[in-house]
Amino acid sequence: MSAKDRAGARAADPRQRRANAGSTILVTGILVVVSVYFLVPAYWIVVAATKTTEDLFTTNGFWFAPTTHLTENVTRVLTYDDGIFLRWFANSVLYAGIGGLVATLFAAAGGYALAKYAFRGREAVYGLVLGGVLVPATATALPLFLLFSELGLTNSYWSVLIPSVVSPFGLFLCRIYAAATVPDTVIEAARIDGAGEMRIFATLGLRAMVPAMVTVFLFQLVGIWNNYFLPLIMLADPDLYPLTLGLNNWYAQVERLPEFYELTTGGVLVSTVPLVAAMFVLQRFWRGGFTEGAVKE
Amino acid sequence: MKAQKAAPWLLLTPFLAFFTLAFLLPILYAVWQSFTRVRLSGLFGEDGATTSFAGFDNYAKALGNPEFTASIGRVLLFGAVQVPLMIALATVLALLLESASAKWPRFFRAAYFMPYGVPGVIATILWSFLYVPGLSPFLDLAESLGITVDVLGPSTVLWSIANIVTWTYTGYNTLIIVAQLKAIPGDLYEAARVDGAGPWQIARSIQLPLIRPALMLTVVFSIIGTLQIFAEPKILREVSPAINNDYTPNLAAYNSAFNYNEYNVAAAQAVLIALAAFVLSYAFLYLSNRKAGRR
Repeated sequence: MSAKDRAGARAADPRQRRANAGSTILVTGILVVVSVYFLVPAYWIVVAATKTTEDLFTTNGFWFAPTTHLTENVTRVLTYDDGIFLRWFANSVLYAGIGGLVATLFAAAGGYALAKYAFRGREAVYGLVLGGVLVPATATALPLFLLFSELGLTNSYWSVLIPSVVSPFGLFLCRIYAAATVPDTVIEAARIDGAGEMRIFATLGLRAMVPAMVTVFLFQLVGIWNNYFLPLIMLADPDLYPLTLGLNNWYAQVERLPEFYELTTGGVLVSTVPLVAAMFVLQRFWRGGFTEGAVKE
Repeated sequence: MKAQKAAPWLLLTPFLAFFTLAFLLPILYAVWQSFTRVRLSGLFGEDGATTSFAGFDNYAKALGNPEFTASIGRVLLFGAVQVPLMIALATVLALLLESASAKWPRFFRAAYFMPYGVPGVIATILWSFLYVPGLSPFLDLAESLGITVDVLGPSTVLWSIANIVTWTYTGYNTLIIVAQLKAIPGDLYEAARVDGAGPWQIARSIQLPLIRPALMLTVVFSIIGTLQIFAEPKILREVSPAINNDYTPNLAAYNSAFNYNEYNVAAAQAVLIALAAFVLSYAFLYLSNRKAGRR
C-alpha cells in the first residue's frame, strides 16, 4: 500500500474519527517511551564507537568523549588483519544473498506445485514440510554437521549454503499465496493456448507470487544473516566466517586485550548500520506474510 | 495430460532434494545415532570403531545428567515468563499503533522492528556492554542513586537474557500482529461504532478475536525459539560466571558434541529438543483451539 493509498484508507477509516487530544498525547507518549527502549542501545553503540577504550570506561556512556575517534576506530575495523572484517562482511552477503534467493525460488516452485496441481502424495508432502517448520533449526544443525563431516563438506562455503536454501516456512507461505492469487481459469486458458507447464509457472505463476516471494526472501535473508549456530559448528577457517562469527571472535579477546573493545564496538556499529537501514526501508514490504493471500487487502 | 502429471514433481524436486539433505536425513541420522553407541578399539581408537545398538542408554545418559535437566527447567521457566510478556507487549503496541490516537505510526513501527535486523550475536555483544559495571551508563546511573545491581549474577542473568530476546523480537511480533489488524474490514469497526462500542470494547470483542491466528503463530514461533536459545548465553558467558556449559539444552548438546565428543548423547539431546518443540507447539495449538471451540 502506498502512502497515498494509506492516507485515503485512513480518512475513510472509522478509527480515525473522534481521536481527542488527550488520548493522542497519552498513546503517542507511550509509543515514545517504548521507542526509547528499542533505540537507546543503538544510540549507545554509536557513541561508544567514537571512543577509545580508555574513554569507554571513564566517560559518561550516554555522551561523547571530548575527542572523537570514530574515523580511527572504523579504519582499524576495516584494516585489521588485512581487512578480515570486509571478508566476513562479503561472506555474510554471499551466504544470505545466494541462500535467500535460491530458497525463495525453490519455495515458490514447490508452493505453486502444491497449490495448483492435484496429485497423489500432495498432502503427504505438505504434511512433511509443515513438520519441518516446527523442527528447531539448531536440532538439525548438529546431525547435519555429523552428516556433512562424513561427506567431507564441513568447513566450506557449501556447508552453510546448502542448509540455507531450504525454507519450509517459505513453501508454506507460497502455497497459501499461490492458491489465493493464481486463478485456475487463467492457467487453463494458457494450456489451451498451448503453453507448457513450466512456461505457465515461469510467466503466470512467478509473476503473481512476487509479493509472497519478497516476504520469503526477506525472512530467509535475515534468518541466514543472523544465524550463528550453523556456521559456528560448520566452519573452522576464519576466512569463511560470516560477520556474526567474526565479531564474536574479536569480542572473545576483549578480556585479555583491551584494544579489542574499540574493534568490537566499531565492528558492531559498521555491521549493524546496513541491516538496520535495510529494516527501516524494508519493513513496508514485510506484511508478516502469514496473512498474505489468505485475506487480501 | 502426461505433462500435467510430471509438472508438480518437477517443480517440487529442487525443494524436496535439499529438504531431504538438510532436514530429513539429519533428523533420521540423529535418531539413528541416538540409539547407537560407538566403541573405539585400541588406546586412541586407532584399531577402528565399532557401532552397536544402545537402546535408550543415550537418552538415559542425557536425562540422567542433572545439568541437562536443569537446563530444560531453565528454558521452560524462561518461556513461561518471557513469551507471554513479549506477546502481550507486542499486542498492546500493535493495537496502539493501529489506533486513531497514534501519531507517526510508521516511524514507531520501524523503530520497534529495527532490532530484528541486529543478529542475536551482535545484540548480545551490545547488551553485554550495557550489563558490565563500569561500562554501562545504566549501571553507573543506578550506582549514583545508591543502587547496586548485578544483572549478570546467578539469579538475574536469565532475565538479562530475556531482556535481549525481548528487545530483538518484540517489534517483529508487533509487525505480524499489525499485518493481521490491517486485514480487518473497515465496516466491522463501523458497525461496532453504530452499536456504541468504545475503543476498549472494539479491542476486546473485534480486534483480539480476529488477530488470534497471528497471535498463535507468534506464540508457536516463540516457543520454538525459546527451546533453541544458544547464542545469548554462549556469548554472555564471557562476562557472566553464572552461566555454565550446560546453561540451555542447546548449549548442553553443543557441549556434549564438541567438548566431550559424545556425539551419540548429543544426538539424543538434539532429538529431545525437537520432541519438546513438537509437544509444546501442538499442546499450545490444541489447548487454544479447544478453548476457542467452547466459546
